[in-house]
Amino acid sequence: MAKAYTPGLTVSVRTTYRARRMLPVHGDVRLAAGDVVNPDTVAAETFMEGDVFPMKIAAKLSANPKDLPKLMLKRVGDPVKEGEPIARSAGIFGMFRTEAKSTANGTVESVSDTSGMVIVRGPAQPVQVRAYVAGRVIEVLPNEGVVIETPASLVQGIFGVGGETHGPIAMASTLPDATLHASDITAQMKGAVVVGGARMTAEAVAAARKAGAAALIAGGIDDQDLRDILGHDLGVAVTGSEKLGITLMVTEGFGDIAMATRTFELLASHAGRVASVNGATQIRAGVMRPEIVVPLEGGAGAGSGHVVYEGGATAGVLEIGTVVRIVRDPYFGMLGTVAGLPEQPAVLGSGSKARVLDVKLGDGRTVTVPRANVELIEG
Amino acid sequence: MATPIESIRRVVATDCGSTTTKAILIENQGGVFRQTFRAEAPTTVESPFADVTIGVTNSVTELQELSGYRLINDDGTIIRRSSPDEKDGCDVYISTSSAGGGLQMMVAGVVREMTAESAKRAALGAGAIVMDTIASNDRRKPHEQIQRIRELRPDMVLISGGTDGGDRKKVVEIAELIAPARPRPRFGSEYQLPVIFAGNREAQPRIREVFGGPGFDLSIVDNLRPTLERENLGPARERIHDVFLEHVMAHAPGYDKLIAWTDAPIMPTPGAVGDILQTIAKRRGINVVGVDIGGATTDVFSVFGGIFNRTVSANLGMSYSISNVCAEAGMANVLRWVHLDMDERELRNRVKNKMIRPTTIPQTREALVFEQAVSREALRLAYVQHKAFATTLKGVQQQRGVGDAFSQEEAGKSLVDDMHLDLLVASGGVLSHAPRMEQTAAMLIDAFEPCGFTELAKDSIFMMPHLGVLASVHPRAAMEVFERDCLVPLGWCVAPRGEAKPGKPVLKWSMRRSSGSSESGTMSGGELKLIRLADGERATVEVQPERGFDMGAGPGKPVTREVRGASVGVIIDARGRPLPLPADPAAMRRAALAEVTALELYPN
Repeated sequence: MAKAYTPGLTVSVRTTYRARRMLPVHGDVRLAAGDVVNPDTVAAETFMEGDVFPMKIAAKLSANPKDLPKLMLKRVGDPVKEGEPIARSAGIFGMFRTEAKSTANGTVESVSDTSGMVIVRGPAQPVQVRAYVAGRVIEVLPNEGVVIETPASLVQGIFGVGGETHGPIAMASTLPDATLHASDITAQMKGAVVVGGARMTAEAVAAARKAGAAALIAGGIDDQDLRDILGHDLGVAVTGSEKLGITLMVTEGFGDIAMATRTFELLASHAGRVASVNGATQIRAGVMRPEIVVPLEGGAGAGSGHVVYEGGATAGVLEIGTVVRIVRDPYFGMLGTVAGLPEQPAVLGSGSKARVLDVKLGDGRTVTVPRANVELIEG
Repeated sequence: MATPIESIRRVVATDCGSTTTKAILIENQGGVFRQTFRAEAPTTVESPFADVTIGVTNSVTELQELSGYRLINDDGTIIRRSSPDEKDGCDVYISTSSAGGGLQMMVAGVVREMTAESAKRAALGAGAIVMDTIASNDRRKPHEQIQRIRELRPDMVLISGGTDGGDRKKVVEIAELIAPARPRPRFGSEYQLPVIFAGNREAQPRIREVFGGPGFDLSIVDNLRPTLERENLGPARERIHDVFLEHVMAHAPGYDKLIAWTDAPIMPTPGAVGDILQTIAKRRGINVVGVDIGGATTDVFSVFGGIFNRTVSANLGMSYSISNVCAEAGMANVLRWVHLDMDERELRNRVKNKMIRPTTIPQTREALVFEQAVSREALRLAYVQHKAFATTLKGVQQQRGVGDAFSQEEAGKSLVDDMHLDLLVASGGVLSHAPRMEQTAAMLIDAFEPCGFTELAKDSIFMMPHLGVLASVHPRAAMEVFERDCLVPLGWCVAPRGEAKPGKPVLKWSMRRSSGSSESGTMSGGELKLIRLADGERATVEVQPERGFDMGAGPGKPVTREVRGASVGVIIDARGRPLPLPADPAAMRRAALAEVTALELYPN
């Protein structure tokens, strides 16, 4: 049978979800294998090297840089406080001596007799990594972090903004093709992962932020609205560090587009359960898509089949009968099943030649689209 | 390399790109080297494979199947034959690489426009992506510079600053900022970050002290700006290549094996493209501009008067960064190249959808027209950046005599002169895979605005990287394949410089074909004309510009050139240079439609 490989987004009722929770530099792991965690549990912590504060001390003292070591009141390794004298000029016959003060708290790291610069290193900064999802620690990576596992329902989105958060799922729409308006957001949604149907409007996002929702999920978003929300036009899809006070995730794409029914129904079936959401998206160099993880009861891996999800992009086999979503105009957003996989390239309406496939749409039509323009809806 | 050059008859070359590893077979056929087969396979640097040689073996295995020669051993390595008489194996195997994001560097210098710019030129010329340029006068406060250094994760750092024997304080100051900031290398904390110092010779002892601690691997080369009047980029570029192989490649999955397989050092892909363009410019004695537009970035290469420059416009690309192109250029500028009615809000959503699903391709003509419009803006912006960077040395004291009193020559003048551009070479998906050659030619003309007579060509299958590294092993073979198989001539752009007004005469032209027939005509402002000239046919074209228009010989002076036929032919562009575009949307649409019609861009 004809087959091809194509990318897809995971929408899974039950899978084994694994989260690697790692420190950026070595530190202390606070958990042991077998520990049960919730999203807020501290998994590991460390101290990052403090900031560096360069100070042009020789220039401040009007001294020759090579004389600086003699003029220093503090030595390399000494702690200093902001405003504390750090060096003093020789003056004239010991008179009219001027002092240079440290502009930061920290420790003297170096004194240069070439540039006349003193480097003060600020205090180390604590860094914590939390569990992110409720589950069980299955592996400890000494000095680095842990791997947490849980059986879960998992929905990968196509695009998101904002970082990791969690909260109970609250449905704001009853239909997957209903546009999410501000009027759908209520005060009871504070701290919740709010799920809409089709496009989330800018007003709905504003209302959700005002209500204190943890995250807002919908099928699509308008580019103009995203620009207004971010305050700038997004040039490249590298997100996750935005400080919006809410995490946003769209499951299908930009524009007026309904959430896939299967995705909507899966999320609706978990209304009230706590879900972890990460809006971070990175399309280049190690694809990262946003996600909603809903931890389920039962032992790790119970009922999960063979699928173990550890993040990243997925790809699957495209064959006759496979359910796909068309992800480019003129059929953008439409779902259907693969009806044919012609071997030979075909000439498209654009005039280009490309390998294509036939998709039978829900309305009964069969359309031909480039293979590059479909993605799998994976279970 | 074990095989003597005269015994080389068959070459396997691969280019390990971020997503695809492309293999080509080059063979000596009847005394001339030709590219005979090509194959590709997914690159396997990322997990779960994490070994680049798997993709290389897969692509060469496909080459083996296509060619009928056995090229792969049972253990996956590439077979070398001991004599050209043997049927199987190759004589030489070479490779380039841009997998894993290519070579990423941070550069630093004292003065942004002088030593820092020279350092950037050295890094770009070596094929690197320059993540940031730190300089004493880059308008950032020291703590902001340090913050930025800490955020970056470079593969290596190049530091320049100070002329030999000049002030050493400033360059030491830059080094003293970089060292404590401890930039974290991309390959993890165990990796010793390579630092190349190419600054004031007299600062070397202090630089050794500053980078003497753990975490750095310092190497010192000759100053890349020994005097203000002279750039000496060679030693720094060579060291960058060495460090690329010794450190960066050695840490990338599977590259230790690949290095052992190849018969010449692996080159960063853009470095190899630069080398082949320099070779062609030198051998033909011409000025060349090459462009490679990708999904994320656009590289522009130029060789003018023998001086090579390369720029990478990091966020000007056709998929990952398509949204950035629209943001930087402005949607109004994109839409001036579109002759169809399009809804702007809908287009903005489409742009974002392409950004988040970068591998999709235009299915409809409307989608293709829009993507080609975006590409014109990406190319235009990348070329503007290139022209601003490819300049004569800045900061040079000029001695002027009486004879120079009226000369406009100045330090920092762009080396790129569109009137003296002889050959414009296109590569990258949107240009190489355009359904019609006329579309590629139009994108080049609109974005680069060449003046005078300019030959247009495209890289058939993005073979320039392979040929760049081949040039280091067998220059004649590289040139022969470049001329015969790599370059696909599109035709010529003939365009006078001058301000054209609609309806006002711009030029008279005549063309005498080698077949004996001739034709002629006049053109007014805003007009474009496509004259078909078949591949292999030759013609003499004479252009008599009107007063105020220059074809290269001076205003109003005629220019005659012999041109070769190609797939598109000769395009005479009387729209004027710089290319004026109407501000009114309706007039813009009409101008775009006139171009579409004249150049037969999207025929039914």
